[in-house]
Amino acid sequence: MLIIEKSLSGRVNTAQIPRGVEAVTDIPESMLRTSPMKLPEVSEMQTVRHYTQLSQKNFSIDTQFYPLGSCTMKYNPRGCNTLAMLPGFLQRHPLSPDNLSQGYLASMFDLQEMLKAVTGMQEVSLAPMAGAQGEFAGVAMIRAYHDAKGDSERTEILVPDAAHGTNPATATMCNFNVREIPTNDEGDVDVEALKAVVGPQTAGIMLTNPSTLGVFERRIKEIADIVHQAGGLLYYDGANLNAILGKVKPGDMGFDVIHMNLHKTFSTPHGGGGPGAGPVGVSERLIPYLPVPMVAKKDDQYCLLAERDCPETIGRLSAFMGNAGVLLRAYIYAAMLGRDGMQRVADYATLNANYMMVKLQKAGFELAFENRRATHEFIVTLKKQAKELHVSAMDFAKRLLDYGYHAPTTYFPLLVPECFLIEPTETETKQELDGFIEAMIKINEEAERHSEMVTSAPHTLPVRRLDDVKAARELDLNWN
Amino acid sequence: MSNVPSELRFTKSHEWIRLEDDGSVTIGITDHAQDLLGDLVFVETPEVGATYATGDDCAVVESVKAASDVYSPLSGEVTQTNEELADAPEVINTDPYGKGWIFKMTLADEGELDGLLDATAYGEQIAAE
Repeated sequence: MLIIEKSLSGRVNTAQIPRGVEAVTDIPESMLRTSPMKLPEVSEMQTVRHYTQLSQKNFSIDTQFYPLGSCTMKYNPRGCNTLAMLPGFLQRHPLSPDNLSQGYLASMFDLQEMLKAVTGMQEVSLAPMAGAQGEFAGVAMIRAYHDAKGDSERTEILVPDAAHGTNPATATMCNFNVREIPTNDEGDVDVEALKAVVGPQTAGIMLTNPSTLGVFERRIKEIADIVHQAGGLLYYDGANLNAILGKVKPGDMGFDVIHMNLHKTFSTPHGGGGPGAGPVGVSERLIPYLPVPMVAKKDDQYCLLAERDCPETIGRLSAFMGNAGVLLRAYIYAAMLGRDGMQRVADYATLNANYMMVKLQKAGFELAFENRRATHEFIVTLKKQAKELHVSAMDFAKRLLDYGYHAPTTYFPLLVPECFLIEPTETETKQELDGFIEAMIKINEEAERHSEMVTSAPHTLPVRRLDDVKAARELDLNWN
Repeated sequence: MSNVPSELRFTKSHEWIRLEDDGSVTIGITDHAQDLLGDLVFVETPEVGATYATGDDCAVVESVKAASDVYSPLSGEVTQTNEELADAPEVINTDPYGKGWIFKMTLADEGELDGLLDATAYGEQIAAE
């Protein structure tokens, strides 16, 4: 039931102001509203109950195991929230002068330094407001670099076929043509195919390492050399940074630009429509083009750098510098972990994934790349179940909800049929991982004995199987 | 088992090609491809008059599982597209080799037809997947 449907004409719920106190306002009388706003006419308690009940119907990382591959759904430490909401941070106006913002700016400067250290890049800008904008900024810098050299013939960005869908979208947004590079049977980029297509038209390559196939790109050094020798640059999609945090640096692999998804690797809440943060880091040659503002330190004072300080910048991505609350949470998370803690993130993220992978394989599930060690995630293919039992990956995913687990990523990457991309993250206990494995085994037994149970799931949730085909074909976004 | 009509030719990337009497070709995606994609919800057809080289992406088919490029199996110019797909993408699911055709083109080089797979070769490829 929508909250509007609980509305009763004439019911009022005025603001709770102490008696005798007038609300103070500077708004001229002529500009004040005279008719009431068209809000649902519900009581305060109805409102609280409505939204609390909605939240209880939700699957979230705070309520359930959420092994959504490539999304890094890990625990968001409450301490980060608490500290990010200190009054000094919360009440700072984004237009406050630098000399009244030294604490905030010091935190942001430290975050830039920590991100530089952990990625091996030479400079970092916190300006991008989310991962997609970070990607856009990254590829815009590649374009700016070639343009500055008068190298206008470089019109092509190479993207492996295992890439995130955002990569070709970003390249297209930056006016490049996209050329796809195939993947070999072991899950690596096909280096021979790469050699065949690089040339004077190559602006760069966009790679995720480890890749979305849940394996490490083993010939990365060779790939970097091939692209660099052709005059192109290397873009690192930071989606899977959790697997290598504090262990391997994209800068050491030869990358020129990276975007980081702080909501993944640095554990800030995944939006659900809320704010994100997608800082970019660059190698020496791209420093002049970083988006502004950035934080600098001059004579023990922190200040914001703008266009006048960075004349070759690709410019601003928003009115201010990124999403302050999200950046603060990431800063506190990074500071709490420290250098050793970051390595433990990678240790346990990969250990948990490999543990689950081996257990599921022993239980009879087929792996997409059985000869490869998992990174922080791995792929199970349910094509045998789909073919022989007519129970698809989507059916398994829906049935998992009944067992109290959020489904892994399904049908991505597209290269693997009927796939489950499973990412447990480092913050789950062994008991939780075992529980999920047990549920997978049970569902497989159900699929063999009475598949109807699986193909008609979910059975226990507020809604049953939704008609996603109808929803996509007959898009209706209005309520009236 | 997927339907692989013997009179058609195919590509590794699951397009089918029918040579018409006037020397033009009609192109769509195979029964196997529609089965892998699942229920289609959107099809983007190429522009009439556009020219493509072999292997260029020229159309998009989108299902609830995935969006997938359609690659031009041959070089040539698009002469007609299936306008019915805009309102009824599901005809590709129900009739991939008939009402579900995507576009027609005239060929730049008829010799390229020899590079396509016949039904036997394509059938073997999808059996091996």
